[in-house]
Amino acid sequence: MGLLDIQNLSVDFQTAGGLFRAVDGVDIQCERGEILSIVGESGSGKSVSMLAMMGLLPWTAKINADKMVFDGKDLTKISKRERRKIIGKDMAMIFQEPISSLNPCFTVGFQLGESLKLHLGMNRAERKKRSIELLELVGIPAPETRLSAFPHQLSGGMNQRVMIAMALSGDPKLLIADEPTTALDVTIQAQILDLLVSLQKEKEMALILITHDMGVVAETAERVQVQYAGQRVEEQHVTGLFTDPHHPYTSALLNALPERAVGRKLPSIPGVVPGQYDRPTGCLFAPRCAHVQDDCHGNVTRQSAELGNALCNHPLNAKVTA
Amino acid sequence: MIGFLLKRILLLIPTFIGITIVSFGFVRVLPGDPVLLMAGERGISEERYAALLSEFGYDRPIWQQYLEYLNNLVHGDFGNSLVTKQPVLSEFFTLFPATVELAFCAIILAIFIGIPAGIIAATKRGTFIDQSIMGTALVGYSMPIFWWGLLLIIVFSGTLGWTPVSGRISLLYFFEQKTGFMLIDSLLSGQKGAFGSAVQHLILPTIVLATIPLAVIARQTRSAMLEVLGEDYVRTARAKGLASRRVVGVHALRNAMIPVITVIGLSVGTLLAGAILTETIFSWPGIGKWMIDSISRRDYPVVQSGLLLIAAIIMIVNLLVDITYGLINPRIRHQ
Repeated sequence: MGLLDIQNLSVDFQTAGGLFRAVDGVDIQCERGEILSIVGESGSGKSVSMLAMMGLLPWTAKINADKMVFDGKDLTKISKRERRKIIGKDMAMIFQEPISSLNPCFTVGFQLGESLKLHLGMNRAERKKRSIELLELVGIPAPETRLSAFPHQLSGGMNQRVMIAMALSGDPKLLIADEPTTALDVTIQAQILDLLVSLQKEKEMALILITHDMGVVAETAERVQVQYAGQRVEEQHVTGLFTDPHHPYTSALLNALPERAVGRKLPSIPGVVPGQYDRPTGCLFAPRCAHVQDDCHGNVTRQSAELGNALCNHPLNAKVTA
Repeated sequence: MIGFLLKRILLLIPTFIGITIVSFGFVRVLPGDPVLLMAGERGISEERYAALLSEFGYDRPIWQQYLEYLNNLVHGDFGNSLVTKQPVLSEFFTLFPATVELAFCAIILAIFIGIPAGIIAATKRGTFIDQSIMGTALVGYSMPIFWWGLLLIIVFSGTLGWTPVSGRISLLYFFEQKTGFMLIDSLLSGQKGAFGSAVQHLILPTIVLATIPLAVIARQTRSAMLEVLGEDYVRTARAKGLASRRVVGVHALRNAMIPVITVIGLSVGTLLAGAILTETIFSWPGIGKWMIDSISRRDYPVVQSGLLLIAAIIMIVNLLVDITYGLINPRIRHQ
C-alpha cells in the first residue's frame, strides 16, 4: 500500500466573483521512500493541493476528495486535532520563501524546540541536544551558536536549512517541499537540492517536490506529475518524460528549456493559464496547444498509463511517429 | 543596547531646551497678566501695578527673564506659584500621584480588554462578532468624553446609587497620605472600608478615561493581527501542527504587538499629562485640572514649569516604549 493516496481532489475558493476552481479532480499517489515531483506553471494548483492535504488553506477554500489517505489514515474523516498530530510530524512541509517562513521574533532554537516539545514531548535538555543534531544534519556550521540566532541574522540558504531541520524534527514519512529553491541563489539552489535528496535517501522518507523548474525535476525526481490549470495532465517516470512526453503541454514545457533550444529564439508557450473568467470548455490547454483539433473542445479522454495517463485526445507518442 | 540608551538620553537635552522656550513663551503670549488677574474687577492703580510687576520681575526684557528661568532650572528651582506661594515642584508631586493612579488603572483596563477584543475580532474577521466589536470600538472612540462621563454619573451614581459622584475617597475616612496613591494609602491606614471606598471612587473615572485608548488599542490590535495572520511564518507555525491558540497567541501576537505598543505608549503619555476632562468631571485632584486652573490665573511659574515636567514624563514614557520595542522585536535590538 502506498504512503499517500489522493483521488479526485478538488479545491474551490469562494471569491467575490463566485467559486474559483484551483484544483480540479487531481489524483496523487506517492510510495514510501519515493521522490515525486509535481511540475506546472504558476496557478496550476500544485501548492494548493498540498496545502489542502496539510489543512493549511483558509476557510474560504472548499476541499472535496473521493479519497485522501495518508499512512493508513483518512484525512477527510479525522478531526482537526487528529490532523495536527500528523502534520509537522509524519507529514512535514517546507516553503518557498525561507526568510519570511521563519518567525522574526523568535530564535532558531525556540522554533526548532517547539516542534520537538509538541510532537515528541522532549524536555529542555533533550530539545537542545536534538536541535543541535538536527542543525548538524542539515549542514549548518557551529550549530550550538546558531540556536540563539534570529532568522534575520542568517542568510536565505541557512534559513531554508533551518526550515528543513524543523521539518525533519518529527522524522517525517513524507516531506513536501514547495518550490524550496525558487527564492535562493543558483549556487545555493544546488546545495539545498542535494541536501534534500541525500536526506531523503538517508531517512528513507518520501519527498514530494513542487517546482516549476524542469532542471530541478531532471536532477532530483523519480516520478513526475505535470499539472496544468488545476488538472493532472500527465504522469511519467522522469526519463520517459524527458525523452517521450505524451501531453502537448509537457512537450511545450520541455521545448521552452534554454538547454534544449535549437534556434536563435527561445520557444515559449503562447498565452497564459486560464483564470476564473476565461476557462475554456473541453481541454483547458486547447487555446494554447500547437496540436489542437476540433474535438479538443468537447470531452477529453484520459489515456492509459503507457501514454503517461495524459489528459489529451491526441497524445504525442515518440515511438509511433518515429 | 547601552550605547543606544545613552544616545537616546543625550537627545533628550536639546528637546528639553526646546520645550522650555515653548512653555515659557506660551503663557506670555496669552493676553492679560497675573498682576491684572490678581487685582480683579476693582482695578489697580498704575503705580501699584508697576511695583508688583517689578516685584515679580516681569518688567524686565523677556530674554533676561528667560535666562533667569533657565538658570533657576539648572539649579533645581522650578519657581513658586504666584497664587499659593508654594514651590511648583512640590505642588506637582502632591497632585501627580492622583493622575498616575487614574492613568494606570485606565491603561490597564484598556490593555486587558482592548488587546483580547482586537485578537478575537481579527480571528473572527468578517463575522457578526468582528462587526460588533469593531462597531462598539468606533462608538467608544467617537463619544464625547464629558457627555459619556456625565451619563455614567447619572446612571450609576444618580439612579442606581452604586458609585460616588466625585473625589478620591469618602469623607468618612481621614488618614495621612504616605505615598499619594489612594489605593495604597487606604490599605496602609488600616481603616476598615477605606480601600473599598477608594476603589469605588476610581471605577467611573477609570472607565471614562479608558474608553478612547481601549477603542484605539482594539482597532490597532485587530488590524495588526490581520496583517500578521497572512504572513508566511504563521503558515509555518500551523504546518508544525501547533494548535490555533498557540499560533495566534504566540507566533502572530508577538509580531502584531509592535504597532500596538506604539499606540499604548502614546496613550500612556497623554494620560499621564493629565486627563483634563475626566479630572474636571469627577473633581479628581490631578495635574490636568491643576494646569487648567493655573492657565486661567496666568500663574506663569506653574504653567511654564508644569508643562516642562509633563513633557519630561512623556519623553520618559517614549524612551521606555522604545526600549520595549527592542525587547519584543529582535530586528531593532540588533541594529
